[in-house]
Amino acid sequence: MTGRSRLILLHEDDNVFVVVSPIEAGDALMIGGGTVPAREGITVGHKIARRALGPGDKVIKYGAPIGSMTADAEPGDWIHMHNMKSDYIAAHSRGAGGDAL
Amino acid sequence: MISGYLRKDGRKGIRNVTIVAYLVECAHHVARRIVDKADSPDVHLIGFPGCYPNAYANRVMEAIATHPNVGGVVLVSLGCESFDRNALAETVRASGRPVELLVIQEVGGTAATIANGLAAVDRVRAAATDVPRAEMALSELVIATICGGSDGTSGITANPAVGRAFDRFVSAGATCIFEETGELVGCETIMADRAITPELGAEIEACVRKAERYYTVMGFGSFAPGNAEGGLTTQEEKSMGAYSKSGSSPISGIIKPGDVPPAGGLYLLDVVPDGEPRFGFPNISDNAEIVELIACGAHLTLFTTGRGSVVGSAVSPVIKICANPETARRMAADMDIDAGRILEDKATLGQVGDEIFDRVVAVASGERSVSEELGHHEFILTYKAFEPIGPACLPVRNTGARA
Repeated sequence: MTGRSRLILLHEDDNVFVVVSPIEAGDALMIGGGTVPAREGITVGHKIARRALGPGDKVIKYGAPIGSMTADAEPGDWIHMHNMKSDYIAAHSRGAGGDAL
Repeated sequence: MISGYLRKDGRKGIRNVTIVAYLVECAHHVARRIVDKADSPDVHLIGFPGCYPNAYANRVMEAIATHPNVGGVVLVSLGCESFDRNALAETVRASGRPVELLVIQEVGGTAATIANGLAAVDRVRAAATDVPRAEMALSELVIATICGGSDGTSGITANPAVGRAFDRFVSAGATCIFEETGELVGCETIMADRAITPELGAEIEACVRKAERYYTVMGFGSFAPGNAEGGLTTQEEKSMGAYSKSGSSPISGIIKPGDVPPAGGLYLLDVVPDGEPRFGFPNISDNAEIVELIACGAHLTLFTTGRGSVVGSAVSPVIKICANPETARRMAADMDIDAGRILEDKATLGQVGDEIFDRVVAVASGERSVSEELGHHEFILTYKAFEPIGPACLPVRNTGARA
């Protein structure tokens, strides 16, 4: 890969970055002026924490809230369905079953 | 300059398609065989599968059968379904288009109707070649947008690039339509701020609230497992990305399926049914939304995808804009535009927006989009119920813009 950043910040108010080229476990992530080793592989389009986040914190992307944290995350941690949720309608994954009731 | 097909109602089309329409699922096979045997890129299959009457389905079928891209129509009825075939045939005839109606039970069954239908397609196509051509200005174009198979790149690359193209088209006086209020949950207040009147802003917020409630009753948001695999975590995150397709123009109105915008500008299509949820999910898949956009007069649809959708549409061309650079490489033969280059510093949002603009003009001028070349002519229409739009929804019409 080229030397360009693997992460982009969409809005200065955001507390997450978006991954724009694949990250492997152990890769050095440049966050907040320092570097943090990636805990796990993270694919393009996913989010990682820009700063420490805790349960109930709003996750900000595009400068707008996109849900709330349900668990703690350190800078550089992957942010997804295991540690955040919608403030509107719950998202579902494959295997959620066909019957919403 | 675009050379359009001038219809008797004054509207202009960018294609001169003959449609074969089944009026109940029981006539689907016969209609499909007619289209297969006609074997032309300009003969498309549409239809409604239900046997029970539905005002929405009638309205959408009428709007599509008299769409400016349609030159002529062959209707295929079984005979006992409740769809009012004579009224639809009359509407098409009154629009100045050639129309033929085949009733399978009267013609004498499958094989006879396929043979008669093929001859009917030939006659309709021959009659439709007489349509006059006329110069078509950008301001006469109706351009729709939809996203499908979105991922975490969609809202960064392809969607805002479509927004840039939409801004250019709206400036040129064209009509642009975005939709899926269920995918705008979480954006309602910022969207309402763009409405041209406060009353319209209140209607926008109300229609997103309606969507949120409807989807909550359904038990699922407008969110597919692939969205999550692609990095999107919540409905509102997907919404923020989807919303950027609308660009930054003021929002001129809210329309519902079958409403043709009264003047140029940016419109929000409300696709979520009114009243108590009755017939299931608002749109069971992306093509159901594309059909509604076409029923609102869309000449073509800009379809952004991150995971990689392959669909096209009957009647109006679909232009594919791929958001994710990895998908763009893997599915290059299905994409018109590679917006994933933005992530790899090979193009800017503005450049891709300009490419989309140019591609729209080329496809409107007759060049086939990739999905057209591949023969994608999907169509799906199911049951819904709508109330007419309220008086605050179209301030442009109320001020007497385009006659």
